[in-house]
Amino acid sequence: MSTSMTASRKWRKPPMIKNSLMRWVLIFGCLIYLALAFGSFDVKWARVYEGLDRGWQFILAFAKPDFLSRKSDIIDGMTESAIMTITSTACGILISIPIGLGAARNIAPLPVYLVCRGIIAISRALHEIIVAIILVAIFGFGPFAGFVTLSFATIGFLAKLLAEDIEDTDRSQAEAIKATGASWWQWVTYGIQPQVMPRLIGLSMYRLDINFRESAILGLVGAGGIGATLNTAFDRYEFDTASAIIIMIIVIVMLLEYLSGIIRARLQ
Amino acid sequence: MAISIDKNSQKIWAVRDRNTQLTRWFVYFVAVTVIMYCWQTISEATTWFFVLDAPRIAGDIGGRAMPPKWPYINELWKPLWDTINIATIGTVLSLIIAVPIAFMAARNTTPHHIFCRWPALLIIVSTRSINSLIWALLLVAIIGPGIFAGTIAIAVRSIGFCAKLLYEAIEEIDEKQVEAIKATGASRWQVIAYGIVPQIMPSFAGISVFRWDINIRESTVLGYVGAGGIGLQLKASIDVLAWPQVSLILLVIFAAVILSEMVSAKVRAAII
Amino acid sequence: MLHLNKLTKQYATGDMALKSVELEIPKGQVVALIGPSGAGKSTLIRCINRLVEPTSGSVTLNGKELTKLGSSALRQARRRMGMIFQEYALVERLTVMENVLSGRLGYVGFWRSFLRKYPQSDVDEAFRLLERVGLDHMADKRADELSGGQRQRVGIARALIQDPELLLVDEPTASLDPKTSRQIMRLICELCAERDLAAIINIHDVALAQMFVQRVIGLRFGEIVYDGPPDQLKPETLTEIYGEEDWEATIETINEDDEAEQGGVA
Repeated sequence: MSTSMTASRKWRKPPMIKNSLMRWVLIFGCLIYLALAFGSFDVKWARVYEGLDRGWQFILAFAKPDFLSRKSDIIDGMTESAIMTITSTACGILISIPIGLGAARNIAPLPVYLVCRGIIAISRALHEIIVAIILVAIFGFGPFAGFVTLSFATIGFLAKLLAEDIEDTDRSQAEAIKATGASWWQWVTYGIQPQVMPRLIGLSMYRLDINFRESAILGLVGAGGIGATLNTAFDRYEFDTASAIIIMIIVIVMLLEYLSGIIRARLQ
Repeated sequence: MAISIDKNSQKIWAVRDRNTQLTRWFVYFVAVTVIMYCWQTISEATTWFFVLDAPRIAGDIGGRAMPPKWPYINELWKPLWDTINIATIGTVLSLIIAVPIAFMAARNTTPHHIFCRWPALLIIVSTRSINSLIWALLLVAIIGPGIFAGTIAIAVRSIGFCAKLLYEAIEEIDEKQVEAIKATGASRWQVIAYGIVPQIMPSFAGISVFRWDINIRESTVLGYVGAGGIGLQLKASIDVLAWPQVSLILLVIFAAVILSEMVSAKVRAAII
Repeated sequence: MLHLNKLTKQYATGDMALKSVELEIPKGQVVALIGPSGAGKSTLIRCINRLVEPTSGSVTLNGKELTKLGSSALRQARRRMGMIFQEYALVERLTVMENVLSGRLGYVGFWRSFLRKYPQSDVDEAFRLLERVGLDHMADKRADELSGGQRQRVGIARALIQDPELLLVDEPTASLDPKTSRQIMRLICELCAERDLAAIINIHDVALAQMFVQRVIGLRFGEIVYDGPPDQLKPETLTEIYGEEDWEATIETINEDDEAEQGGVA
C-alpha cells in the first residue's frame, strides 16, 4: 500500500554526535591538533637514517645475546631487582589493605576516606622514576630507595582497586553479618573480606609482575636493580648484553604471568 | 571446611581440615622466610645512617624547594605541550598497530594458529614486558634524542598493552551475532565489520583513553633519558640542585596527570 | 527443492548429532522440527547452511549440492537461505536499519557495506519489510533498546531481505512470552505463505508447532522418528520423541487454544 510512499525514502546511518556543529568542531579540532602536534616534531631524518644501522645491529643482537661477558653484573642486578620486587610487593600489600579499607566510602568515615584517597592520588600521579629520584636524594643510592619507591607505587595501585572492590561488594551479604550483631572488625572479616579476597590475591600477583618490570628502570636513577646494568650496556652500545638483559626480563615477566594465571585459576 | 568426630563421638567443626591447614602454614612460613631473607639483603646494602638521617634531609630539601619558583613556569609550557603530544601521538600510533595484532592474537579471529597467533602473542609479551623508559633509552641510542624517540617508545610500549586488552575483548564477543552475519552470506571482512567491530567498539574506546591517560604519566619522565618532554627540565633542575624549580615541575606534572585522569574518566563514562 | 541425503554429523567430542538424516522439502512448505534438547535440531539446520560442517552426506538446494561448495560459492548460496535465531542474534550495537540491511551483505561489496552506502533499492526493501513487521518507526533505534518480540521481528526482516528461498528458523520463540511467541510464529508462517517460501522451524513447543505448520518432523538422538501432518501426532509418537509423559493434556489444550485464538490477535 505504501510502496510509493517509501520508495524514495533515503536512509543514512545516524551520526554518533547528533549536533552537526559540535561534530564538525570536534573533527576540525582533532585535525588541527594533529597538524600542530606533528608540526612540532622536528625529526632529524639524517640522524634517524644513520641510526637505522645501529637499530639493525640491535635486532641482530637478539639473535646472539651475550649473557656471559657481564655475567656477574647481570646476576647482581637481577637478584637485586628480584629482592626489591618481593619485599616491596609484600610491604605494599600490607600498607594497601588499611588504606584500601579507608578509601572505601561504604565502610570508612569521611575524614579517613579523604586522607586515604589523597595518598592514593599522589601515589598514582607521580611516576615511579620521579619518586625514585626524590627518594635517592633523601636516602642515598641503593636498593632501599627502590624498595620504598615500589612500595609507595604499589599502594596507589592496590589500595585504589581494593577500595573500588569493597565499594562494589554485595551489600546484602555485609548487612546479613551486621544483623548478627557483629563488631566492625567481625563485620569486615566476615562480610567484606571473603568477597574481595580472591581478587585481592589476583591483583597482588599482577602487581608483583608490574613491580618487577618497574624495578628494571629504577637503576637508571640509582635506585638499585638491573636498570643500572642495562643503562651501562646501552651507553657503551653493547647491544648483545642489553638484548640478553631484555630477553631475561621478558622471560621472567612471562613466567610470572603464567604463574599468576595458575594461581588465579585455582582461586576461582 | 571439615567436620571430624573426636573420641567422645562429638562432631568437631573446623574451617579447614588438618592437611589443608598444615599446607597453608607451610606456604606462609616459606613466604615469610623469603621476604625476611630479601629484606635482610636490602638492609645490608643500605647505609642505615643515611636512612636514619632521612627526615632531616627531607626537611632540608623540602625547605629549599619551597616556595616553588613560579616565574620558571614560562619555560615549561613548551615541554608540557611536547609531553602531551608524545603521549597522544604515541597512543594513536600504537593503536594503529595494535588492532591488527589483536585480531591475529584472538583465538576466534586469527587467520592461523601457529603462523599468526604465536608471533602476535610474542609481540604482545615482548612490547609489554619492557618499560617505555627502556624503549626510550634504546631509541635514543639508535635514532638520537628528541621527541620522536619518545613518541616511538610510548607507541611500542603501548602496542602490547592495547593489543592484549583488545584481543581479550575480541575473544569475549557474542559468537551468535557473528554467526548471524555469516549466515547472510557475508564475506570475511564483512563479518569482521558487522559482527565483531560493533561489539568491541566500547572496549576499544575505553582501552584507548585508558592507555592515553597512562601514557601522559609515562611521558612526563621520558625526558630523563633524553626522549623529550618535561622530564628533560626535571633532570636538568635536579642535576643543578635547583629545588624550587623541581617543586614547580612536580606540581605541573601532578596537575597534568590529574587533569588527564579526569578527562579520561569523563570520556569513558560518556562512551559506556 | 531442499534435499538432505544421509546427512551425518559427528562432533569432535564423538557425539553423533545426526545419524544419516534423509529429508525432502518441497517449495513453499513450512516444516516444524520438534524434539528434545540435544536431539540435533540445531545441528540439522546449521548443517544446511554449513555454519556447522556436516561429517558426511549431502545437502542439495535446487539441484546445487551445498556440501560441495567452496567458500565463496557457499557465501553465494547462503544468500538464498535466511536464518532466524533463538536469541535474535542481532548486532546489538547497530541500529535496527543497519541490522536489517546486514541481510544484504552477501549482495554488496565490502566498502559499500562498510560505509553504509546500500543501493536505494535495498533501503526501500528494508523500509517495506520493517513496515510489514510493524517496526517502521524504529529504524534508527539501536537494537539493544528493543523488546524481545521487536528484536525477533528485526531478525525476521533481516532474513527476508536476503530474498531467500528457504528460511532456517532456530527456536524463534524460546526467549519470548506465550503471546509474543504466537505472534511471531504467525508472522513467520504468513510471510512464508506470501512469498511461497519453504521453512524449517526448530521448535520445542509442540502445541505451537501444531497450530501453524503443515508438516512436523520429530527428531530423536539425531534420527527422524516422525514425519507427517501435525494432526496425526499421537501421544505415542510424542512419547517416542520425548519420552514418557502425559501427552493427552498437551494435545487437547492445543485444540482449545486454537479455537480461542480464532478471533484473537491479528
